[in-house]
Amino acid sequence: MSDWETVIGLEIHAQLATRSKIFSGSATAYGAPANSQANLVDLGYPGVLPVLNGAAVRMAVKLGLAINATIAPLSVFARKNYFYPDLPKGYQISQYELPIVAHGALDIVLDDGKVKRIGITRAHLEEDAGKSLHEGLPGVTGVDLNRAGTPLVEIVSEPDLRSAREAVAYMKKVHTLVRYLEICDGNMQEGSFRCDANVSVRHAGEHRFGTRAEIKNLNSFRFVERAINYEVARQIDVLEGGGKVVQETRLYDPDKGETRSMRSKEEANDYRYFPDPDLLPVAIDAALIESVRATLPELPDQKAARFVSQYALPGYDAQVLTASRELADYYEAVTRAAPADPKLAANWVMGELAAALNKESLEIGSSRMTAERLAGLLKRISDQTISGKLAKEVFEAMWSGGTEADAVITARGLRQITDSAAIERVIDEVMQKNPGQLAEYRAGKDKLFGFFVGQVMKATGGKANPAQLNELLKRKLGGSA
Amino acid sequence: MSELHHMGLAELAAGLRARRFSSFELTETFLKRIEASQGALNAFISVTREAALAQAAAADRALAAGTGGALEGVPVAHKDLFCTKGVRTTCGSRMLDKFVSPYDATVVAKLKSAGAVMLGKTNMDEFAMGSSNETSYYGPVRNPWDPRLVPGGSSGGSAAAVAARLVPGATATDTGGSIRQPAALCGITGLKPTYGRVSRYGMVAFASSLDQGGVLTASAADAALMLREMAGFDPNDSTSVEREVPDYVAELDAPLAGLRVGLLQEFFDKGLEPGNEQRIRAALKVFESLGARLSEVSLPNLPLSVPVYYVVAPAECSSNLARFDGVRYGHRCEKPRDLTDLYRRTRGEGFGAEVKRRIMTGTYVLSAGYYDAYYLKAQRVRQLISADFTRAFTGVDVLMGPTTPTPAFPIGAKTSDPITMYLNDIYTIGANLAGLPAVSIPCGFVSELPVGLQIVGPHFSEARLLAAAHAFQRATDWHRRIPAGYA
Repeated sequence: MSDWETVIGLEIHAQLATRSKIFSGSATAYGAPANSQANLVDLGYPGVLPVLNGAAVRMAVKLGLAINATIAPLSVFARKNYFYPDLPKGYQISQYELPIVAHGALDIVLDDGKVKRIGITRAHLEEDAGKSLHEGLPGVTGVDLNRAGTPLVEIVSEPDLRSAREAVAYMKKVHTLVRYLEICDGNMQEGSFRCDANVSVRHAGEHRFGTRAEIKNLNSFRFVERAINYEVARQIDVLEGGGKVVQETRLYDPDKGETRSMRSKEEANDYRYFPDPDLLPVAIDAALIESVRATLPELPDQKAARFVSQYALPGYDAQVLTASRELADYYEAVTRAAPADPKLAANWVMGELAAALNKESLEIGSSRMTAERLAGLLKRISDQTISGKLAKEVFEAMWSGGTEADAVITARGLRQITDSAAIERVIDEVMQKNPGQLAEYRAGKDKLFGFFVGQVMKATGGKANPAQLNELLKRKLGGSA
Repeated sequence: MSELHHMGLAELAAGLRARRFSSFELTETFLKRIEASQGALNAFISVTREAALAQAAAADRALAAGTGGALEGVPVAHKDLFCTKGVRTTCGSRMLDKFVSPYDATVVAKLKSAGAVMLGKTNMDEFAMGSSNETSYYGPVRNPWDPRLVPGGSSGGSAAAVAARLVPGATATDTGGSIRQPAALCGITGLKPTYGRVSRYGMVAFASSLDQGGVLTASAADAALMLREMAGFDPNDSTSVEREVPDYVAELDAPLAGLRVGLLQEFFDKGLEPGNEQRIRAALKVFESLGARLSEVSLPNLPLSVPVYYVVAPAECSSNLARFDGVRYGHRCEKPRDLTDLYRRTRGEGFGAEVKRRIMTGTYVLSAGYYDAYYLKAQRVRQLISADFTRAFTGVDVLMGPTTPTPAFPIGAKTSDPITMYLNDIYTIGANLAGLPAVSIPCGFVSELPVGLQIVGPHFSEARLLAAAHAFQRATDWHRRIPAGYA
């Protein structure tokens, strides 16, 4: 088993966040009543013609620049011909031989922390098809053409991915990038971001690729990982059983957790691609490229590198915090308001805050805790008003009550005791109440130190400054004062 | 005053503006002529009498108020592949027999806003595929010069209607000769503009890279006026060209003296009937007498036009016609069993034999493994043909030759042999492949059948072509001849 190598390439479809469709003036908003956002062009009426949406072109160029790709000075739209009820013209307008973006790359971080460069063969513009509807329509198929003509960019990777984990890391990276660039909303449930996975296996060290299967329409990171793992195991089973992998298109069934055959290569359509005579080649000059370049934001990798140098964060923290532009902005807002300890801020954003958001399935953008409030709490930790442990309690109160840290601290009397004399008084009391333990400790049972810490904390309601307590307790228990 | 239907489109426009007659009167005159001829010619698929008279009445009010466009009150007809809002647009096909367009083609809208009154929609070869108007679902159109003969195609209805003076001007489209060939066979003037000069929006597509809307009228002067109102950039058509439209009417009288005319050697070939050649040579003499300088020009790749065309046009048509699937509009078969059955029977029933032949040819040449050998090679040869034209136009201003090899032929004579039929377009296809403007004008008769002279020019030289044609028409009266029975 161990000598099998997995080879994966992903074709990611990202819906471009244009207001109108790629070849018509219809709106692209999701969730409108069926066929309410389809005009005569989208419906493929006789005589209508496509007109390219310049915003879609600019978005594709933006993507190309962000992945260090070549932007084609001339790219060509082609017709992909096949019959299907949700494809009104009987062909999809796509790009075939001359895509707008080619030869790019993205770096992903592997589980062991190593960076791996994934090649991006091409990215091309195309229109989406409509949707066939079966639910609630017994005996017939409904067609909703709202989605028909929605602009997509299809991002095709090289077969550089070697495991389902790598595939997911790459897909997440692309997901992060398109949202940074604000060219796609990344909403996977609504189908704005989805992928097809080309999967094959071969013996390690072999140069030729094995026969691949294409798994269609994966719309969650979890499905990508599971579908690929299932498919890899299936193919290895087939090969080890003396069989051959068939080149085919497969569908992933998330309920059963397995892939099943959709159609084989022999049944595949001959799409009869040819340049669309209704559209001129897309000409992109240096001026357009530069005007798009001027709109590029700081990219995820650049931001992560800056977080490492500017905030002295570990690489892992920087990766996590830059996973989305919103999260990174939040983190930076926290550190701006509480600049004393950027690592502390990172811990809280990645720890308590992330957990609280996760629990309620909230995005950072809809966090109930503003960055300024969180910074208010962190300041009280840094200036030792409260201990880190109590801070968690304060955080919870702030989260559910929507209040400021100082208000919670005051109301609950959680201010940390940093007065040495006060702490010493409590220590003395504890020692008096527990003479047996004191004797045992002094006889060499060091473990009892923790017992005394606990007793003092209990007596102070957890408010004693831990560092001071440690120091004072050590001294007192040792009998030196 | 001569009879109304003897006047050309430009003369009628002027007469209306001078209030010498009303649009209502004019419209009624032409509607009656259409209705009286329908049994004999079958030139129309739909006649929109009520709407036309209402439009004419409105035009008369505008004219009385001294407002209105350049064609205010002038009757026109549209080839039935221009979409007309609220009016059936059939493309001569059973597939669209009941299709009522929800919008106007840009050409239709432009002529409407210029004040033109639409009388109806003209018969045509199914989806513009044919050279004789015999592939129409609505039956063949007959040639007004001899009802046993074809009028040419695919714009046969528009051509027959103008020749018989059922309407002073009609829109038409030309993919491989569909304006010029019927113009020649019916003895009228037909202009195919430069590709991109006239919007294709709302013109049901046959072969998108070749299709171009144009005009059929009695004279070049009429064509100049009608084209001026139709042409221009359209943001809805990416292949239309953003370039100012000259005033073709104002440029009609540009002097012809010194015009360098290239005689296309390849057009004076074995296929050209001697009678036709004689008429063409006589017409060339007229041009010479008007001051044109004639020379011989050779376009070596031009003879490849027909095979190139019959790869490119069917390829595009196979894709363009895929939308007729019975799902959203048009013909749908009864009780389909499943999706495949829906497609198979809808398209099997909706399309006629010639359309099916071209869809199959086109599907074949685009198929994996054949694409390079057919489609790609054809596109390369197409470029060579274009280059031939470009080279020729470095030495001459226009090219001249016959429009067709023969006069009109009998209905049924070529239907059993598609290749013979296709060869009828041998002289016209080149201009489509190169996207050039070309005009056909009547230049005489052979056995009482009209012969057409073709003039081809460089891109956007419509004004030059029309001025040359106009000079010829001032020196001759072939364009004034009206078939017996329609005078």
